[in-house]
Amino acid sequence: MKLSGAHMIVEALKRENVDVVFGYPGGKVLNLYDALYDAGITHYLSRHEQGAVHAADGYARVTGKTGVVFTTSGPGATNIVTGLANAYMDSVPLVAFTGQVATSMIGTDAFQEADIFGITLPITKHNYLVTNVEDLPRIIKEAFHLAATGRPGPVLIDLPTDVQSAVTDFRYPQTVSIPGYNPTYDGHPGQTNRAAKAIARAKKPLLYAGGGVVIAGAHEELRQLAETADIPVTTTLMGIGGFPGNHPLSLGMLGMHGTYWANMAMHKADLIIAVGARFDDRVTGDLSSFARGAKVVHIDIDPAEIGKNVSVDIPIVGDVKRVLTELLKKVAPKTHPKWLAKIEAWRQEAPLTYVQEPDGEILPQYVIESIYRETGGEALIATDVGQHQMWVAQYYRFTKPRAFVTSGGLGTMGFGLPASLGLQIGAPGETVFCIAGDGSFQMNLQELATAVSYNLPVKVAIINNRYLGMVRQWQELFYKKRYSAVDLSRSPDFVKLAEAFGAGGLRAEKPREVVPAIRKALETPGPVVIDFRVRAEENVFPMVPPNSPINEMMRGGSV
Amino acid sequence: MKHVLAVLVEDKPGVLVRVAGLFARRGFNIESLAVGRTVDPGISRMTIELEADEKTLEQVVKQLHKLVNVIKVSNLTREPSVSRELVLIKVRAPAASRAEIQQIVDTFRAKIVDVSLQSMIIEVTGNDEKLEAIQLLLSHYGILELVRTGKISLLRGAKTIRNGEGKDHGKNLL
Repeated sequence: MKLSGAHMIVEALKRENVDVVFGYPGGKVLNLYDALYDAGITHYLSRHEQGAVHAADGYARVTGKTGVVFTTSGPGATNIVTGLANAYMDSVPLVAFTGQVATSMIGTDAFQEADIFGITLPITKHNYLVTNVEDLPRIIKEAFHLAATGRPGPVLIDLPTDVQSAVTDFRYPQTVSIPGYNPTYDGHPGQTNRAAKAIARAKKPLLYAGGGVVIAGAHEELRQLAETADIPVTTTLMGIGGFPGNHPLSLGMLGMHGTYWANMAMHKADLIIAVGARFDDRVTGDLSSFARGAKVVHIDIDPAEIGKNVSVDIPIVGDVKRVLTELLKKVAPKTHPKWLAKIEAWRQEAPLTYVQEPDGEILPQYVIESIYRETGGEALIATDVGQHQMWVAQYYRFTKPRAFVTSGGLGTMGFGLPASLGLQIGAPGETVFCIAGDGSFQMNLQELATAVSYNLPVKVAIINNRYLGMVRQWQELFYKKRYSAVDLSRSPDFVKLAEAFGAGGLRAEKPREVVPAIRKALETPGPVVIDFRVRAEENVFPMVPPNSPINEMMRGGSV
Repeated sequence: MKHVLAVLVEDKPGVLVRVAGLFARRGFNIESLAVGRTVDPGISRMTIELEADEKTLEQVVKQLHKLVNVIKVSNLTREPSVSRELVLIKVRAPAASRAEIQQIVDTFRAKIVDVSLQSMIIEVTGNDEKLEAIQLLLSHYGILELVRTGKISLLRGAKTIRNGEGKDHGKNLL
């Protein structure tokens, strides 16, 4: 079968079972968009390429499939750089197709030329500049394989216009052959034996679960291990949902804004079993005082994560689902009543709490808990980055994986709204919330037009404190309240803004208006923006100050 | 400690920049880097000399393994190996000092590959100590310019890095 490069891409997407792509056309992908025109693949047109890549990211996270993005050359391509870096940090499978000037023009500073191959080298799992159409089927096959296997990540394919238009025989390969790429899936049996023995001996064990649990679909195995050996579980931000937040063994999130009892448990544990987590600085705080009394088991599919930040006693390279399955066969039931009682005492000592005065200002924590209650904890939630993100992590108790989508590693403001569109597209019947800050929302609010265009009924809850709240909090705590460039009080009227886009707009200014606003939004078909006017200078507590030991948490005023 | 890594890579566009970029980005220091084709079509070999402690070295090796185009990474420092580097030295050589320079060249089994009225180019091959020694001696006459190829290394005996220690994604290091 003879096909043009552009038609090969569309054909290859069908072979890879891609039925949804996100993108934004332009001069150097006209061939690609022409091939897409009657291909039977649904294309979602964003209002900015960054929106397209974050939507593809959200779609990938909620479905577990690979997200696909199309952009043109130059600015189209550079506009997805943040989205690729975001997906790379959080191990999200994406394949991005970018247009490029013709091969004969490359290197001449042609109109809308940018070296996106060079630019994205450090923020993709792998990338390609296609210079010969003969290579295209193999490259696409490899790209989808690389994106989704091993530790997943984004792959970019740069497509000069002449490659898109060139016609040749199309044969899509069935298999890939990449000599330098052989992820290890099965853990070393000797190492799982050692881990099982360490679990048998431990008096104060702790499971520390990261995003790898969610990605590998290992939540069931994790729960079984926790219950069998009576081991409490704390999750990272990315691991939320990997273990039910309402489970008796759940300690919630750990780290900078984690719970006091999770951090104390980490600090005092004699055995830490890290599962698909990477000892990020937001988790460990000061490394020199981190978990000094603990033996560390580290299970991860990426060997480079093992021993990177923390010395590991029992490394196990492999797919966490397979490794946990093997480990379960070797772990005998046991209990740790004293250890769990100790943790419970820490929980009593500094619980997560706030006091919402009925006639006072709305507290952001109350908004999050209200959304949790009104949705029965069943909503899919995308967040932006900042205080609201931490309050969601603390107060929305997720019980299933792939229900909480957030920008963890890169911390990308503006991620939430476009990501929530990807969630809704990936899970059409579900209730989807975007919980945003007033700062983050304004970074990609143009995507409200996308939501309205495709009638995607996401509910956007803006936790509006008229500040860049997290930066303000740090300035308050560590810079003597010198509030530098954090005032957002002159933002648009978000209700009118939503209405101008053709979405619903609601506002809650008093605590008693919070629940009715949420109910109204849930009853209203189509996208709705709710402007929650919350207390301006509320802080996220508890908090491990930067570079401090994790057992030295600031607990805030009320607790 | 100094280490010499032999890295087999797919001969693809951008592979050198991927490796060099990795070192720059993660703050690893390259002392020398030499690249060339191997007997296997499509596969190039890089010899990377670096100064690193054990922990950093482990990260370097693991991060190299993560590059899709990298087929194999071997640490030749840990096994008996032969290392060589070639240097071309342009030295000031007026008629009065030529005989002395010639003697030095002979002693080091180096070669004079270019002569002009005021200068000579000397080609010398060897290990670090030898190269440093001749450089020190010649600096006495005035070195005008110097260029080094970077170190290249092979395992001693019949063993090769292809049949020797494995890539298997750093498992051997754990």
